[in-house]
Amino acid sequence: MLRLEKRPNPSRFWLYATPVVAVILTMVAGGLLFALMGKNPFAVIRTIFWDPVFGEFAWYLRGQLLVKAGPLILIAIGLALGFRAGIWNIGAEGQYIMGAIVGAGVGLAFYPTENRLIFPAMIVAGAFGGWAWAMIPAILKTRFNTNEILVSLMLVYVAQTILAKAATGFLRNPEGSGFPGSRNFGNYPAAANPDLIDGSGLHWGGVAALVVAVLAFVLLSRHALGFQIRLAGQAPRAARFHGVSPTKLTVLCMGLSGALAGLAGLFEVTGPAGQISIDFNTGYGFTAIIVAFLGRLNPLGIVLAGLLMALTYVGGEMAATNLGLPAAAIQVFQGMLLFFLLAVDVLTNYRLRIGAGAAKAGAR
Amino acid sequence: MLLRLEGLTKAYPGVVANSDVSFSIGTGEVHALLGENGAGKSTLVKMIYGLVKPDSGRMELRGKPYQPAKPAEARRLGVAMVFQHFSLFEALTVAENVALGMETPPPMRELATRIRAVSEEYGLPLDPARLVGDLSAGERQRVEIIRCLLQDPKLLIMDEPTSVLTPQEVEILFKTLRQLSREGTAILYISHKLEEIRALCDTATILRRGRVVATCTPRERTAREMAELMVGATLSVPERAPGAKGEVALGVSDLSIASPIPFGTSLKAVSFTVARGEVLGIAGVAGNGQDELLLALSGELRTAPDKVRVSSRPVGDLGPTERRRAGLVAAPEDRYGHAAAPDMSLVENAFLTAGLRRGLAARGFIDWKKTRGFAEEIIRDYDVRTPGPDVAARALSGGNLQKFLMGRELMQGAGVIVINQPTWGVDAAAAASIRQKILDQAAGGAAVVVISQDLDELLEVADTFAVLNEGRLTKPRPTQGLTMDEIGMMMGGAHGMEAAHHAE
Repeated sequence: MLRLEKRPNPSRFWLYATPVVAVILTMVAGGLLFALMGKNPFAVIRTIFWDPVFGEFAWYLRGQLLVKAGPLILIAIGLALGFRAGIWNIGAEGQYIMGAIVGAGVGLAFYPTENRLIFPAMIVAGAFGGWAWAMIPAILKTRFNTNEILVSLMLVYVAQTILAKAATGFLRNPEGSGFPGSRNFGNYPAAANPDLIDGSGLHWGGVAALVVAVLAFVLLSRHALGFQIRLAGQAPRAARFHGVSPTKLTVLCMGLSGALAGLAGLFEVTGPAGQISIDFNTGYGFTAIIVAFLGRLNPLGIVLAGLLMALTYVGGEMAATNLGLPAAAIQVFQGMLLFFLLAVDVLTNYRLRIGAGAAKAGAR
Repeated sequence: MLLRLEGLTKAYPGVVANSDVSFSIGTGEVHALLGENGAGKSTLVKMIYGLVKPDSGRMELRGKPYQPAKPAEARRLGVAMVFQHFSLFEALTVAENVALGMETPPPMRELATRIRAVSEEYGLPLDPARLVGDLSAGERQRVEIIRCLLQDPKLLIMDEPTSVLTPQEVEILFKTLRQLSREGTAILYISHKLEEIRALCDTATILRRGRVVATCTPRERTAREMAELMVGATLSVPERAPGAKGEVALGVSDLSIASPIPFGTSLKAVSFTVARGEVLGIAGVAGNGQDELLLALSGELRTAPDKVRVSSRPVGDLGPTERRRAGLVAAPEDRYGHAAAPDMSLVENAFLTAGLRRGLAARGFIDWKKTRGFAEEIIRDYDVRTPGPDVAARALSGGNLQKFLMGRELMQGAGVIVINQPTWGVDAAAAASIRQKILDQAAGGAAVVVISQDLDELLEVADTFAVLNEGRLTKPRPTQGLTMDEIGMMMGGAHGMEAAHHAE
C-alpha cells in the first residue's frame, strides 16, 4: 500500500526535479499512446523534441520556437503573479484577444500615417485592452464576490465573438474585396512588428517576454510587493495581518496579467499573425496556464517552460504533417504534461511511503 | 494494572520523539503526563491512541498485547481521547456531532436520550439539540468528553483540557474526572499547569527530550520542583521593576464592531486606556471577543478614527502598516496562518511585521541580508530552537515558533504592544522568559495589552485587569488584591453551570 507523508520542509530537490520527471513520464505515456495508434513512438518523440532544434529544418524551426514561446512566456508570467497570490485568472485568452483588437484598432486608425510614435501608442493601447478586459472579473470579484475563474473564462467567449465582429465588421480591410480580416500590418511599416533580425523569429514580443521575466523575477524575490503576492497566496490571513488589502491586490494582479496578455496579443497580431482575422493565432492564453505551472510559477522557470511548450507545438505540427498524427493527439500529449506535472508535484510537499506498518496491522 | 508501556521508542527524521518510555497506569488512576513542548507527550499519547505506530517497544492493555492500528481500534478496546483542539462542526447540533464520531450511531432520538443521561450522571449539562456554533469553549469540550464517555472508556486521555475553561468550569471538570476515576476509569492527563496536576492527579510521569526523567506523586511535590524536573534547570520567576506610569499611550473608547468570523462574537462598547509602562491583562474564556479585539487593535478591522488612539492620535481608520508606523504592534493568537505564514521561512516571517519598523526595506526593495540578521537576532535572544533561519515556520514546534513571533514583535521598539495568548502552548521555562521580556518592555516605557486565558499568567504580569465576556469588557481594576472568586464572577461564573453537581 502507498501512503503519503507530509514533509516538514518542502523538498528543494523535488521542486526542481518535478518538471524533468513530468517531461519524462509524458514522453513514456505519450510514446505508449502513439504506439497504440500504430506509429513508431521513437520516431514521433524524436520529431517533436529533437528535430525542431537539431533536425534538418532547424534553421527555420528554431525561429518558430521563439515566435511561439514569446507570447506564452509573456502571458504565463502575468498569470503566475496572480496564481502566486491565489487569484485565478483563467481568461488570459480573452485579454489576449482584446489587447490585439484595441492595439490594432489604434494602429489602423492612423493608417496610412507614418510616425515613429504609432507603434509605441499601439503597445500602450494593447496593454490597456487586456487590462480593461481583466478589470471586469476583478471588479466583479471585489465588489460582488463573484468567482474570477468563471467570469474570466466566460469573457473569453465574449472576446472571441467581438473578434469575429472586428474581423468581419469594424476593423475589416476596406480594400479587402469583402474578405474577413483587417489590413495587413506587414504593409504598414509604422505599425508592424517584424523580426528584429531577419529569420530569427525574435520580434519585440520576444524581447518584452525576456525583460518581463527578469523584472518579475526581481519583483518576486526582492520587492515588498512580490512578498505580498506570495504571502497572500500562501497565508491570506497573515497577508491581511501584514497589511495587504485583498481588494487592491486582486485588482493589481488581475490588471497585470491582463495587461501582459494584451501585450502578447498586440505583438502577435502586428507580427507573426499580421492582421486581425477571425481566428488569428489563438490558444496561447490557455496554453500559458500550463506553461505557468510547468515553470513552477517562477519567472525564470516559465522562460524554460515556454520554450519547451513551444517545442511541443512546433514539433507537434511537424509530427502531424510528416507522420500523419492527428492534431488531437498532440493536444492530448500537451495535456499529459500538465497532468503528470501536477501529479508529481505532490512529492515536493509529501514523501511516498510504501508498505505502511499501520496498514499491515489493520489487515490482520 | 490497566495499561503498561515498555520501552516505547519513536523517531522522526532528525528527531527522536520518544526514547525507551516505560510506565504504567492502574485502573481508576489519574495519571499526569508532564513535559515541555517537544518533550514527546503528544507522540506518546498518539501511540496509545493508535494514531502513530511505535518503532519499538510494546504496550499491554489489561495484560494483553495492545497494538492499535487506528483510533477506531483503540476506542473499541476502551481507550478514548479528548484533543486540545476540538474537531467539531459548528453548523451541526451536539447530537449530530456526537453521532459523527461513532462507528454505528444509534437513531438520533435514542442518542439524544443517552447524551442527556450521561451529561446528568456526570454533572456536565448539555442540550443535544443545540448548535455547536452557539456553545462556549467549555461547552464544546463537554461535547468531546461526552462523545468519549458514551463509549464507556477504560482509559480517557485528556490533552490540555483546562486551557479554555473558567476557574468554575475547571472545578466542574475536575469533579467529573474524579467521579470517573472512582468508577474505575483511568485518566491520562496532559498539562503543564502544575497546580492543577497537584490538585487532581495521583501519579505524574515527567518527560524531557523524549525520555522519562522522573515519576512522582504530585501532592508530595511543589509545583516548582516539578517544573524544574520538567525543564532540567532551575526556574526564575519574572521580576518587575516598579515603574512610574506615564501618559496614556493607547486609548480605546466605545468600540463596537461586528465580528467578521462566522459564529464570532461582536465587540460591544469596549473602552479602556493603557498608560506607558502599564500592562493591562484581559482575561476571558476563548470566543468572547478576544480575536475580534485583536483584529480591531492590529488594524485588520477598521473603525471610526477616534475609536482607537495611539498617543492621542486617532488611528481607528488605519490599516496594520500605518498602525505599526504609528507605534502599535500586535501579535495574534493563531500562529499558523495568521501571525506567521507556515510555508515561509523564518527570515520571510521576520519581514512579515518587522519590515517597516526595523527598516528592512528601502524604496520597496527588501534587504534580505538585514532581514536575515534580524531573524538570527530573534533566534538568539529568544532561544528559538531551530536548525537555522531558513527553515519553514511550520517545521518549528508551536512553542518555538511562539518564541520567535514574540521576539519579532517585542524587538521592534514599539510604544504600544498588543498580544493575544503570549505563552499558549509554550513550556514553563520559555513562558517565564517571554513574560519577563513583556515586563521589560513595560519597564522600558511601552504600554502593553496582554489578552490571555491563563489567569496565573495575567496575575503575574498585569498591573490592571479586565475581563472580556460576550464582547463586553469589564472596567479595568488594579490586579493587586483581586481574588480568584472575584475574577471568576467577572468572567461570568461558569456560564450558568453553578447548578451542576448540586447533588454532591
